[in-house]
Amino acid sequence: MSKAYVTKSPWVVHYDGSSCNGCDIEVLACLMPMYDVERFGIINCGNPKHADVFLVTGTVNEQNKDVVKQIYEQMPEPKVVVAIGICACSGGIFKDCYNVLGGVDQVIPVDAYVPGCAARPEAIIDAVVTGLGILQAKRDAMVEAIDAPAAIEAPAAPAAASAPSAVKYPPIFTMAEIKVNAELYKK
Amino acid sequence: MIKAIISVIAFLVLAPFVGGLLAGFERKLAAKMQRRVGPPVLQPFYDVGKLFQKENMAPTRFQDFYVILFVVFIIASGVIFFMGGDLLLVIFTLTIGAAFLIIAAYSSNSPYAEEGAERELLSMMAYEPMVLLTVIGFYMFTGSFKVSDIMAGNAMPFLPMIGLFVGWVFILTLKFRKSPFDLSMSHHAHQELVRGMTTEFVGRTMGWVEISHWYENVFLLGFVFLFFANGTAYGWIIGIVVAILTYFFEVFIDNCFARMKWQFAFKSAWIIAIVLGVVNLFVLQLCFMN
Ligand code: SF4
Repeated sequence: MSKAYVTKSPWVVHYDGSSCNGCDIEVLACLMPMYDVERFGIINCGNPKHADVFLVTGTVNEQNKDVVKQIYEQMPEPKVVVAIGICACSGGIFKDCYNVLGGVDQVIPVDAYVPGCAARPEAIIDAVVTGLGILQAKRDAMVEAIDAPAAIEAPAAPAAASAPSAVKYPPIFTMAEIKVNAELYKK
Repeated sequence: MIKAIISVIAFLVLAPFVGGLLAGFERKLAAKMQRRVGPPVLQPFYDVGKLFQKENMAPTRFQDFYVILFVVFIIASGVIFFMGGDLLLVIFTLTIGAAFLIIAAYSSNSPYAEEGAERELLSMMAYEPMVLLTVIGFYMFTGSFKVSDIMAGNAMPFLPMIGLFVGWVFILTLKFRKSPFDLSMSHHAHQELVRGMTTEFVGRTMGWVEISHWYENVFLLGFVFLFFANGTAYGWIIGIVVAILTYFFEVFIDNCFARMKWQFAFKSAWIIAIVLGVVNLFVLQLCFMN
């Protein structure tokens, strides 16, 4: 299966659930000249209808769960969801609050998790680039269901390998720490 | 005739590539100005390729219909231009094309798209007078509205029409939707209108809008070229070089300015049209119309 263009031009939409803003600042840091994610064709487009990658920071609670769902539903396939920060992964320190439902995966399917409080920009970039492999797989599944398993590895490996080389500082979190797939993360 | 057919085919085939490459270099230049590495030069092609691979989910079935009409009319205006046709016909076709994009944005019923469409109407009102004056200027200088006659003229219209040229470059900012006049939709990230007029265009619809912008950009730069056409080879070279420089000048302006309010866009475009355009037409009248 040929490489889908979606891996070369992932546009992101960023939603701040109820984060403390720490993770949001790190997401925006990725767009700044130092990390410059536009190298990978990543644009923060702010419009779910144009987006391929949904970045969620913060927990999901009673108030914003419909918003999160709606943004997810407005995104055209293929799409991936990346949960950024431990709040978005599992609820983090807000887990026991009376109105908090927990991680983002309580309301929408999540494809990549970025642990950390706050998540490092390097880890966020890594997760998005990892998500590209999933995007490719979803695209392939859209075209031909049979080819999906073979294609999931192929694009992810070279894309992920090129990410650290361009990063000036050594990533604090390595690839191994970014758990792809909800199943793996939730033991 | 043969020449006209060849240039039309060349426009239809080459314009998307030239327009896409210009957009790629534009993003590279913007990145360099911000001390970033920037995306690959071919990034606009990847973006459009991606858009065509996305799921299609239009809010109404009419939206795609209007967008297709927009694409057809934009390409048609370029075809008439490169065929050597009538400049008046060219600008009317272009205006109809722009109107269909506005209707497409309205048809989505999205508040962001509607607000963008309203602002696009305002910017149309801002730039139309200058477009008309420029075309009249070409007529007064060469005695013909036909692009082929203007191209074959033996004097360069640039110096006698310098006021109109400056005015044209000014409204190109509006036409290209660059800062400070990217009111209706912007290619930049996050903004108050989400993506303005294009908010509700998904997947291939957005892809077609992008492609027709490439066509439109190439054809608007063709107008810049026209200011230098004098039927000789050096006129061609100067024209093409200045057209490309104009594009990057617009990119430079885009990266140096924040967005202005529509009132400013409107006033400044009209003042420029009245001062530079009309005065230039008077000069042409005195010197060339007797
Ligand atoms: S993970 Fe930490 S930094 Fe991020 S939103 Fe939660 S509390 Fe804030």
